[in-house]
Amino acid sequence: MSEVKNILLVGVGGQGTILASKILTEGLVDAGYEVKMSEIHGMSQRGGNVSTQVRYGEKVYSPIVGVGEADVIVAFEKMEALRWLEYLKPDGKMVINDFEIPSAPILMGVAEYPEGILEILNEKADTLVFKAGEIAESLGTGKAMNIVLLGALVKAMKVEGVDWHKAIRNNVKEKFIDVNIKAFEAGYAL
Amino acid sequence: MDKEESMKEIMSGNEAVARGAYEAGLAFASAYPGTPSTEILETLGTRYRDDLYSEWAPNEKVAMEAAIGASVAGVRSFAAMKHVGLNVAADPLFTFAYTGVTGGMVFVSADDPGMHSSQNEQDNRNYAKAARVLMLNPADSQEAKEFTKLGYELSERFNTPVMLHMTTRVCHSKGLVELGERVEKPIVPYEKNIKKFVATPANAKVMRVQLEDRLAAMEEYACTTPINQPEYNGTKIGVVTSGISYQYAREVFGEEASYLKLGMTFPMPRNLLKEFASKVEKVYVVEEMDPYIEESLKMLGIDCIGKDIIPRYGELNTDIVRTAVTGEKKEVLTSDVKAVMRPPVLCAGCPHRGFFYTLSKKKGVMITGDIGCYTLGSAAPLNALDTTFCMGGSVSTGHGASVALRNAGSDLKVVSVIGDSTFFHSGITSLIDAVYNKGSNTTVILDNRITGMTGHQENPGTGYTLMGQETTEVDIPALCKAIGMKEENIYIVNPNHMKEVRKALDEAIAKDEATVIITKWPCALKRFSKEDKERFDLTPKKCVVDPEKCVMCKACVKTGCPAINGTGDHVVIDAASCTGCTVCQQVCPAGAIEEVAK
Repeated sequence: MSEVKNILLVGVGGQGTILASKILTEGLVDAGYEVKMSEIHGMSQRGGNVSTQVRYGEKVYSPIVGVGEADVIVAFEKMEALRWLEYLKPDGKMVINDFEIPSAPILMGVAEYPEGILEILNEKADTLVFKAGEIAESLGTGKAMNIVLLGALVKAMKVEGVDWHKAIRNNVKEKFIDVNIKAFEAGYAL
Repeated sequence: MDKEESMKEIMSGNEAVARGAYEAGLAFASAYPGTPSTEILETLGTRYRDDLYSEWAPNEKVAMEAAIGASVAGVRSFAAMKHVGLNVAADPLFTFAYTGVTGGMVFVSADDPGMHSSQNEQDNRNYAKAARVLMLNPADSQEAKEFTKLGYELSERFNTPVMLHMTTRVCHSKGLVELGERVEKPIVPYEKNIKKFVATPANAKVMRVQLEDRLAAMEEYACTTPINQPEYNGTKIGVVTSGISYQYAREVFGEEASYLKLGMTFPMPRNLLKEFASKVEKVYVVEEMDPYIEESLKMLGIDCIGKDIIPRYGELNTDIVRTAVTGEKKEVLTSDVKAVMRPPVLCAGCPHRGFFYTLSKKKGVMITGDIGCYTLGSAAPLNALDTTFCMGGSVSTGHGASVALRNAGSDLKVVSVIGDSTFFHSGITSLIDAVYNKGSNTTVILDNRITGMTGHQENPGTGYTLMGQETTEVDIPALCKAIGMKEENIYIVNPNHMKEVRKALDEAIAKDEATVIITKWPCALKRFSKEDKERFDLTPKKCVVDPEKCVMCKACVKTGCPAINGTGDHVVIDAASCTGCTVCQQVCPAGAIEEVAK
C-alpha cells in the first residue's frame, strides 16, 4: 500500500488558500488517489489564521495531519510558517511566501512581528522561499499569488500523473485561466 | 467524462448530508445557521432549490417544530443545528419522540469538540439517549450521505425522529461521494389522529409505553444493521469506536486490531457489544468528549480502557490517541522564537466598531453580551463586554442584573448588546420581560442587516428568504413599540457617527426604565441588497493619513481596526480593506485623517 502523504496549506483569511486547496484536492482525486481535505471555517474572514489539511494515498482514514507529520507545508505568510513548524516532518519541506501580514496585537503595538523567521526556518528545515506576490504581479495580477504557491507546492510534493491545468480550468473563471496556468508554471519552475 | 465518473463528487460532510436528504425525496427543510452546520441548508437552498423547499427559521426550536409539522402533514422533513441549537430545540423533540412521525424526519446535531467556533463543548449524543430518538453517527462524507438516506427509512420504519450526530471534522472535511438519483416521495394522505399527535397526559402515558416497544425493536436492529458490523482481525485488541474517532483509532491500532465501528449508537446495541468484547482480550473505547459508549460497556460489566487515557475534552486526532495508548511522544521541530497570536477581530469598516468604541468609554456600566461577530467587542483594545452566555441571553441577563442592582441600591447601570439575527432568534421574548417587568437595562440592537458570524445568511430583518424570494422585513422599532417600549425610549442611530451614539447612550442609560438603541448600518462584508443601497450611502470611500499632521498618538490604533498600522513613523491605513467608516477620523485629535473617494 502506498504511503499516505500529508500536506498543509497555512495562511491568513483572504489569501486564497481555499481555492488552492480545492484545485490541489481535485487534481489528486482525478489522478486516482483517495483524498481527504479538512478546513476549519468560522472566523477566517475576521483576520484569523487559516489552515487546510490535505491527506492523500491509496487509503486515507483521518482527515487531520498531526504534529511532525506534514511532508510539505506551504505557508502563504511568513509568521504562519513559524506557527506550523512543529507539524513538519523532520525531513519534510517548507514552501514559504516571503510576505508579512502583521496580526492585530502587532498592529496595536502590543507585540512585535518576530525577526529572523526565515533564518530560523532555513536552519531547521528544507525550505523554498520566494516572493509569490511579486511573481504573480509580473504575470499581470497579484491575485494569482495563491496559484504560484500551489505550483511550488506541487513540485515539492513530487507527485506525478496529475493534470493540474485541468484542475485549474475547472476552478477559475474563463478569463483568468491563462494567467493562473502561467502562475502555476512559474511556481513549479522555482 | 464517462457516466461512472460523473456520479462521484468531492463533498464536505455538510454538502453530503444535503445530497442524501435530496436523494431521499426530502420535501421540507428548516434551520437556523450555526457553525459547523450552516452549509447543509445553504446547499439545500441553492443547489436543490428547484426540487425541495428550504428556509432559515428565526431559531432552532422554530426549525424543529416546522420540520415536525411537515412530517405530521405527510412529507419527509429535515432540520439542522449546531450543538447548542439543540438546547433550544429540545422541548419539541422530547415529545416528538413520543408521537413519532408520518413522513420521515431527520435532524442534524453538529457538535464542535475543541470549540473552534462555539461558546461551549457539549456531547449531544446524550440528547439522543435522553430524548430516546434513534441516532446515527457518520464518520466521513460518504457515510454522511448514506446515513441521511438510511435515516429516512429508519424514521418511517420505527416511527421515530432520527438524529444525525455530526462533529466539526465530519461537517467540514471533504472526500469523494458517490451520488445517486432522487427518489420522489408522494405525500402521505392526511388522517386526523388525536391519540398519536395530541400529547395530553392521557395520550402521552400510552405513547410512553409504546415508545419502549419501539426502542426494543430499534435496539434489535442496531445489533444486526450493516452499519454496526464488527471487523474481526486479531484477538488481542478490540476497539469500540464511532464517528470521526474511528478514523483516528484505525490509524493508531492498524490492521492487527479488531474493530467495532458503531454507525448507530442509540439505542445502543448491547448484545453486539457483549459479543464483540467476548472475542477479544482487551477492549479500548475511542470516542470524543463524554464516555458515552464506554458507560454502556461498563453497565454491561465489560472491562475496557477509555477515558482513563483518552481526553474527555477537546478534539481528538491520531496523535492524541496514539500518545494516549502508547505513551510515545513524537520529536518535533521547534523554535524559541514564537509566532504572535492572530486572533479574529472586528473587520475593517465593521459598523460595530464605532458603537463599541463609544460604549467602552462609558463608566459605571455592566455590559451583557450575546453570540455573534459583536462578541469580538470583548477583545482588546475595546474590552467592551462583561458577559456572554448564549443566543438571546444578553437582554434577559441584563434585565436580571439591572433589577438586582437597582434593588440593592447600586448605581451600576446595565447595557445589553445583541445583533439583529440574535434578537429575532430569542432576544424578543427577553425584551418583553425587560419592558413588562419594568427593568432598567438599555438594550442595544446592532442591526447590520445580515447574520454575520456564520457567513451572511438572510434573517427576518433582511427582506429575503433562503430561496431568494423577497418578503416583508420585521420593523424592529415598531416591534419594540408594540411590546410596550415607550416611543421616547427608542433611539435609532448610525453606529459610525460616534457623537450620535454617545448622546443616545447617555440619555438611555440615565433613564430608570427599559430603553432600546437600534444601530443601523449594513455589515461591511455583505453583498448589499437594493434596499441597503436605497437606505444607506454606500459609495466606496477610504480614509487616508496625512503624514505631516500625524502625531503618532495612536488614538486611531486603539479603535482596533485591522486596516490601521501604527508600527511605522506615522500611521498608515490599508487602502484595500478600508471602507471609509471614519471612526479613526473621529478619534484623531490632530485632524490627520481625511475621507476620500475610493
